[in-house]
Amino acid sequence: MSIDTAVDTGLGTPGSLKLDAKVPDGPLAEKWDTFKENEKLVNPANKRKFKIIVVGTGLAGASAAATLAELGYQVEAFTFHDSPRRAHSIAAQGGINAAKNYKGDGDSIHRLFYDTIKGGDFRSREANVHRLAQLSVDIIDQMVAQGVPFAREYGGLLDNRSFGGAQVSRTFYARGQTGQQLLLGAYQQLARQVGLGNVKLWTRVEMLDVVVIDGRCAGIVTRDLLTGEIVSHAGHAVVLATGGYGNAFFLSTNAMACNTSAIWRAHRKGAYFANPCYTQIHPTCIPQSDDFQSKLTLMSESLRNDGRVWVPLNADEARPAHEIPEHERDYILERLYPSYGNLAPRDIASRAAKRAVDSGHGVGPLKNGVYLDFSEAIGRLGREVVRERYGNLFEMYERITSENPYGTPMRIYPASHYTMGGLWVDYELMTTIPGLYCAGEANFSDHGANRLGASALMQGLADGYFVLPYTISNYLAEWLNKPIPGTDHEEFRRTELAAGDRFRRFLSIGGTRSPDYFHRELGKIIWDYCGMERTAEGLEKAQSEIPALYDEFSKDLRVTGDGESVNQTLEKAGRVEDFFELGMLMCRDALDREESCGGHFRVEHQSEDGEARRDDENFAHVAAWEWTGDPGKPIRNVEPLTYEVVHLQTRSYK
Amino acid sequence: MAQMLSRGPVSGTAAGPRRKRKWFLLDLYSTAVGKKYVMAITGIIGIGFVVFHMVGNLKMYLGLINHDGERVYDVDVYGEFLRDLLVPILPRTYFLWIMRLVLIGAVILHVHAAYTLTILNRRARPVKYQSARDYQVANFASRTMRWTGIIVLLFLFWHLADFTWGWFNPDYARGEVYRNVDASLSRVPVSVLYIVANIALGIHLFHGTWSLFQSMGWNNPRFNEWRRGLAAGLATIIVVGNVSFPIAVLAGIIEHPAV
Amino acid sequence: MSHLANLTLRIWRQSGPADDGRFEDYSIAEISEEASFLELLDILNERLIGEGKDAIVFDHDCREGICGSCSLMIDGQAHGPQLGTATCQLHMRKFESGVTITVEPWRASAFPVIKDLMVDRAPLDRIVEAGGFITAETGGAPDANLILVPKPVAEAAMDAAECIGCGACVAACPNGAANLFTGAKLTHLNVLPQGQAERLGRTEAMVEKMEEYFGSCTNHGECEAACPKSISIDVIAVMNADYLKAKFKNRRLLART
Ligand SMILES: Cc1cc2nc3c(=O)[nH]c(=O)nc-3n(C[C@H](O)[C@H](O)[C@H](O)COP(=O)(O)OP(=O)(O)OC[C@H]3O[C@@H](n4cnc5c(N)ncnc54)[C@H](O)[C@@H]3O)c2cc1C
Ligand code: HEM
Ligand code: HEM
Ligand code: SF4
Ligand code: F3S
Ligand code: FES
Repeated sequence: MSIDTAVDTGLGTPGSLKLDAKVPDGPLAEKWDTFKENEKLVNPANKRKFKIIVVGTGLAGASAAATLAELGYQVEAFTFHDSPRRAHSIAAQGGINAAKNYKGDGDSIHRLFYDTIKGGDFRSREANVHRLAQLSVDIIDQMVAQGVPFAREYGGLLDNRSFGGAQVSRTFYARGQTGQQLLLGAYQQLARQVGLGNVKLWTRVEMLDVVVIDGRCAGIVTRDLLTGEIVSHAGHAVVLATGGYGNAFFLSTNAMACNTSAIWRAHRKGAYFANPCYTQIHPTCIPQSDDFQSKLTLMSESLRNDGRVWVPLNADEARPAHEIPEHERDYILERLYPSYGNLAPRDIASRAAKRAVDSGHGVGPLKNGVYLDFSEAIGRLGREVVRERYGNLFEMYERITSENPYGTPMRIYPASHYTMGGLWVDYELMTTIPGLYCAGEANFSDHGANRLGASALMQGLADGYFVLPYTISNYLAEWLNKPIPGTDHEEFRRTELAAGDRFRRFLSIGGTRSPDYFHRELGKIIWDYCGMERTAEGLEKAQSEIPALYDEFSKDLRVTGDGESVNQTLEKAGRVEDFFELGMLMCRDALDREESCGGHFRVEHQSEDGEARRDDENFAHVAAWEWTGDPGKPIRNVEPLTYEVVHLQTRSYK
Repeated sequence: MAQMLSRGPVSGTAAGPRRKRKWFLLDLYSTAVGKKYVMAITGIIGIGFVVFHMVGNLKMYLGLINHDGERVYDVDVYGEFLRDLLVPILPRTYFLWIMRLVLIGAVILHVHAAYTLTILNRRARPVKYQSARDYQVANFASRTMRWTGIIVLLFLFWHLADFTWGWFNPDYARGEVYRNVDASLSRVPVSVLYIVANIALGIHLFHGTWSLFQSMGWNNPRFNEWRRGLAAGLATIIVVGNVSFPIAVLAGIIEHPAV
Repeated sequence: MSHLANLTLRIWRQSGPADDGRFEDYSIAEISEEASFLELLDILNERLIGEGKDAIVFDHDCREGICGSCSLMIDGQAHGPQLGTATCQLHMRKFESGVTITVEPWRASAFPVIKDLMVDRAPLDRIVEAGGFITAETGGAPDANLILVPKPVAEAAMDAAECIGCGACVAACPNGAANLFTGAKLTHLNVLPQGQAERLGRTEAMVEKMEEYFGSCTNHGECEAACPKSISIDVIAVMNADYLKAKFKNRRLLART
């Protein structure tokens, strides 16, 4: 199903590249300082000689672009939104973690580090996670200085709340809009640099491809969404901060525009794609109400602090919730996980809900959800306290479902929410293409096989504010006063042409079905076979069904309109095509990873009582996939995960 | 309806040479927010005058009184009193003239600001909405400020010509306020003009008095909820008070023997 | 699940900034009450593509009322009939069967129509670039708890900071003024202790940049009614007060405020 076979990127023959994470030596806690002491620097006067291209202006991209510009580099930032303010980071609700220990409840950098490793089911790189925990502290300082209105105590000190997977209160929040406030902070800092003329900001411009010349990332090719114009941009280094690929499932809590194209195109040019099967399903989302539904809405995890999850014991229950007597209710989480109860981690809670619905105990008009019941909490705390805690969430729920959670229990169901997988990066956030960096949700990140709540914002900002600005000079230093190929180089021309042809192709197929139709169908396949529970034979099926559907796509796609003015149908077509190839890889990765860990649950690998069973013998490694030109035949490279400090153990939340 | 749209990267949008500043008051007035301050302040002066003026005119209801041993109309005495203000510190009518100059200045500024802001706002939406708007809170008063204002302005010209310069009034007698009012307002069309104009003024002030708090940046939970009431009350008082005069004249309550 | 029957959508179609544009009618035989307004447009677009016609272009992304992408003048109201709700959160149950729903792009000289219902809201970014930030370059920040922010102040800042930059205030304002947006941005930063150092310069810069693009405020209050975050026009008063200070105050004494 590949369109064009792999162009020679000068990266040598597939499989030849040795994965080196470039983790500094020395004790874990000192690695980051060791790195900073030994890295190559670029002196201030020389910084302006380097041009850095930043694709994506979410938390990771905006903070990186702003900081690099402050340091004196020439920065060009790209976003397909009309403003950096729109990036999907804006939707984050719950909060952001930091090992400040302001509550004096025994939090520490090491504890945050350990919780994150454990939460990730021991599938992440120790050194990165520890650095993340160290930097979490600086992030809060920086964001407060930016004017982010975090929640406060009456005395004026910062307030914290607790979040899933941790025994301490270390989550900083701004009402239910933490992501919005953090993004506004980073965006305003970026806006300042744009205003000062240190950043060139391109809005409504989509990156179509990266250009690799002589084994080094030389720049990108973009398309102006308003005019269709395709142009090249050359630079000394390129940073991809283009977010996650959760929309591969079609229905997800991600914004409509979230897609994989940027990192996928980079993958096709030689960047390895790590752990694509590590996707996170969030348990508390509003169930689908209709088959035309375009997107699912997240209800903050915090609801599980007081809500009780239950389903009717009787499979074909017809009565409304309040008429079902206690003894005919099954409080699944409390029954299965007595100690953690309704606060069991996301992956575990999600599977419990899925099983209840699959076994016919689902509730709601489509029998596709489970109850999240607050009546007990309202009885215990009183309506007022509950309103104080969850008022805005209840309103949002009522706005969408027209049901009042104070009276009838909420209906929730798991949905795709976050993708731990992404482009493989080393300790310096560089991909396997020299000069191409990847930050934020787009890289395979520090979350291993499962991300803890409130840690993605932390990672995006750590990458952008405090990691990239240091590590990038380590690469750039070598290029001081060395000429780099400009956009007149024929590789740029070739890439531009290929990109143009691709869009002309979509317009010329002239079939009968819209890109959305195919996205929906593809999403169903990936959700069914590579969703919350995965089986070998299901994944095998996917291996054949996806290419079949892709065949249809390439024959029966219909894109109306033209390529010279705004054409959202055309944009969508390109993104869907990339989801096809990514979907293949996700299923392949899930198939080859013969274990269950975190978000990746293989039915074949579970304990008697249905818990995930890891295989540390054979799978304590990162799977970094290499593009060969044929989506059916990718090459699986591995980066072994060695643990100096933590000892692997089975997660138990019973 | 064609509009322009430019493409390309944005950069240096705030880097340009700082626009050169005039003397700070002119600088303030050169901006829309500044003009709103001027409107509000001149508006307040206007309100002050109108209230003061109405109270003064109410004296007409007191009719004749004894003054320095002779029977005269209270308003006339009052008119005289205005001319004598601050005598002997200032010669006669000087202070009255100072007040008049302030008023004239206020009206000019108020109208100029209103005019320039109106132009600005027209330019801000060259292409109107093609379907009907469904306003939620913008009320009749707020949307007709310009028209009620203009009516008041026109009224003012007539009013001065009538009572101060005595152009349209055959038996106008300088200084004899009571008589002039009767003479003028007993002509029905004139009374109607007065009634219409004062209702317009009332509407203008209904929004204006509320609005000026915003424009002046006077905003405090302690009194915010009173603003509407205050505006409504003031507008009503002005309208009732002022409209009562033409009616009183027609009804013969204000009656001058010489007319 | 109940449905609405035979709706008529009068939608503004405009091929580009240069085109004059016109309304076109589309009849919807049936639509579920559960559908959001944008899902209605999705369905219509699927149909149009099926008929080989151009899909209707409109801005949208998060569909959770937080990104500020969605716009739309629906039956003469910015973001439609539901108070404090962005278009993407508006559901069909707010409408009745048989009605005609008119959908228009937002109109202001600063918001040129790009295509159909999509407009360019870049001038809002220009206002922020002019001063809508606190200068705190990465790295130099003191410990977060060294800056005490009284709870009421944090709440006030947050109330203003909720602005999603959708531009509905401009669209709804009879004068095409952006005072609510600018006031919200300024109030967020100007009430916080961190924001004091640049307070007056910021106010001056943002207000004057705003006036390059937008109309002036005559306190209609329409913006507050249209704002999906119900931001109060109090922020406009705060902005006006600070603007006057910016002109009069001796900035060398700023630290005393
Ligand atoms: C509903 C929801 C709630 C969440 N809540 C939390 C939470 O409480 N705590 C937490 O820690 N995390 C949370 N997350 C996760 C977190 O929000 C994201 O992981 C994080 O914000 C990602 O930031 P980012 O900068 O990497 O990417 P994004 O914010 O998605 O930014 C992507 C950027 O890339 C640009 N872009 C993408 N592709 C291209 C292209 N081809 N060309 C040009 N530009 C492109 C986009 O325009 C955008 O600017 C939540 C996520 C969701 C969906
Ligand atoms: C002489 C009697 C007048 C009085 C007492 C008066 C009073 C006021 C007041 C108090 C305001 C509110 C100011 C603010 O909100 O900042 C106002 C606004 C306004 N006035 Fe007048 N005005 C008078 C005459 C006029 C005239 C002659 C015009 C001429 C057109 C006019 C036009 C306006 C306009 C357009 C506004 C703007 C609405 C607003 O700012 O809210 N007014 N006036
Ligand atoms: C029915 C209501 C009113 C009556 C009966 C009335 C009557 C008068 C009279 C008799 C005078 C002459 C006073 C003198 O020469 O000593 C006068 C002057 C004046 N009136 Fe009125 N007036 C009325 C309403 C108004 C209103 C609404 C305004 C303004 C908006 C106004 C503005 C003036 C001004 C500016 C003068 C000139 C004052 C001066 O000469 O210093 N009047 N009015
Ligand atoms: S103030 Fe309200 S209406 Fe205006 S942009 Fe912000 S959120 Fe939108
Ligand atoms: S509607 Fe317009 S006039 Fe002012 S109060 Fe709002 S900006
Ligand atoms: S689509 Fe994001 S606010 Fe409506």
